[in-house]
Amino acid sequence: MNEKKPTSLLYLDGVSVSFDGFRALNSLSFVIEPGELRAIIGPNGAGKTTMMDIITGKTRPDTGAVFFKGDIDLTKRDEAEIAQLGIGRKFQKPTVFESHTVWDNLELALNRKRGVFATLFYRMTAEDNARIEEILSTVRLSNRRNDLAASLSHGQKQWLEIGMLLAQEPELLLVDEPVAGMTDAETAETAILLKEIARTRSVVVVEHDMGFIRDLGVKVTCLAEGSVLAEGSIDFVSADQKVIENYLGR
Amino acid sequence: MITSFLLKSFDRTIVIAVAVILGLGLLVPALNLLTPPDHPLHVPTYLVSLFGKYLTYALLALALDLVWGFCGILSLGHAAFFALGGYAMGMYLMRQIGARGSYGNPLLPDFMVFLNWKELPWFWYGFDMFWFAALMVVLVPGLLAFVFGWFAFRSRVNGVYLSIITQAMTFALLLAFFRNDMGFGGNNGLTDFKDILGFNIQADGTRAALFAASAVALALSLVLTSGMVRSKYGKILVGVRDAESRTRFLGYRVEHFKLFAFTVSAMMAGVAGALYVPQVGIINPGEFEPGNSIEVVIWTAVGGRGTLIGPIIGAILVNGGKSIFTAAFPEFWLFALGGLFVLVTLFLPKGIVGTAQAWRAKRKAYRKAADDEAAKAMAAAEPLAAE
Repeated sequence: MNEKKPTSLLYLDGVSVSFDGFRALNSLSFVIEPGELRAIIGPNGAGKTTMMDIITGKTRPDTGAVFFKGDIDLTKRDEAEIAQLGIGRKFQKPTVFESHTVWDNLELALNRKRGVFATLFYRMTAEDNARIEEILSTVRLSNRRNDLAASLSHGQKQWLEIGMLLAQEPELLLVDEPVAGMTDAETAETAILLKEIARTRSVVVVEHDMGFIRDLGVKVTCLAEGSVLAEGSIDFVSADQKVIENYLGR
Repeated sequence: MITSFLLKSFDRTIVIAVAVILGLGLLVPALNLLTPPDHPLHVPTYLVSLFGKYLTYALLALALDLVWGFCGILSLGHAAFFALGGYAMGMYLMRQIGARGSYGNPLLPDFMVFLNWKELPWFWYGFDMFWFAALMVVLVPGLLAFVFGWFAFRSRVNGVYLSIITQAMTFALLLAFFRNDMGFGGNNGLTDFKDILGFNIQADGTRAALFAASAVALALSLVLTSGMVRSKYGKILVGVRDAESRTRFLGYRVEHFKLFAFTVSAMMAGVAGALYVPQVGIINPGEFEPGNSIEVVIWTAVGGRGTLIGPIIGAILVNGGKSIFTAAFPEFWLFALGGLFVLVTLFLPKGIVGTAQAWRAKRKAYRKAADDEAAKAMAAAEPLAAE
């Protein structure tokens, strides 16, 4: 296993964590390669969100190792530090700054110096301006730039949040249920958007929507009861007897 | 760097507000000093000091608004920073009395002679110099806020829990300052001031100058806070208020952003307290009363939190009301204040200024929609006209 560490972008080995006696993750191990788009499925309580909490530093694992880019130990760092290292996270419920405009949301997300005094005396540069314009068109919000984020539709908020993650320029993007509550048309567009994003960075998508995952057409990991049940193509995983029992059959 | 920061801080509302405050800072002292007492526009000295007191309250409310309105930290202990600034100024004023006290001791203030103390406690050293006292006015509240905030924000104490510990902080200081052996005059506090910077503190000219100084301090603080909230830093502060975890996952150290705002706010409160004390002529532990901090919250809520001029207007209106009300029906003031808070929360949740702004924005949007309609109708009518 150790030879594998240096090349992989994200490496989880034997990660376990319990909350009040409930084992949320049970010796979970998997590896994400640079540039990979990976889908993670699993029934409620399988540990998908806990896994994201561990990677982003919100929760510390009881045991196990989590390494980023080979040798950066994520279990010893906090959320802000991990975000600065290049891991972006999209929440299940769209979380944007509602009382700021779409433009300001992206400005704040931009990967620039994040200290108190750097931000106090920050001035918008032509380069930053161009970058925000570019992201606005990627997430199809150019015509809403001056509107408050609160006035966006649910789907648009999801996209704005994805846009904010892009502005952060992460090497690894963790996306929690990006199409929950979206219309079919929005879902299809989101699949295209994520595939576009995955061309330049690694993306991990947690999703319930099997149709959406089929659209993505990527390697799938199925979690259940805090560990990996099956891993492979969508057809391979959905044919797996254990997966059918635990997840699809329900 | 600094210029762009300042330029950004001026928008139309702020320019108007600063002009009004500075204008009052000139006009009121002028009307007091330059008109004879029987002139219809004459402002008597007691009113100059009363209005000066309101200005220091306005500064305190502005300080609270920076942390509550823009960062979501509901501090119920801001009067403590105000009182600490006041005590620092009070200590300077006590040392200025010199040998003119009732006991005629050139070094020790009266209360120390009364307590049979033989020498000046170490923490009173330096307060005979104005510059030192002025430094302490911002440093002491700032340091307390920094240390308090360091632990609270790092441990992610939030919401109601934070409010409770700020309230506990001011209560603890209240009990400490009540003790005679603390060396701050105990129950009676510091009073009987004679002069400030060599000028008689009771003189009309000094009163007018203190009023003008309060107006200048308020105007400067308004420019400073406006620059802060309009910068990227300020946008992040609002981000912390609305979606703290999002800010954190974008890579910002939320605790640093809160700590900076909290410390700056405490320093502003300290300055307010320092200007308050010479105008009312006394500082005692009563200023640490938990109820005082809650009143500041009410002024800010009434005026409109999250707006910069709201808390200033709120502080002046509520305190003006208090002065009139307590003279007419002294026993009903607390009911009126409580009722006001309930009414504002129910009917004007954004406060006076916030509601006015929302109303104006709505009207503008309505007018824009009407214009768009009209333009559309015109566009539709044109081809017909061409035929």
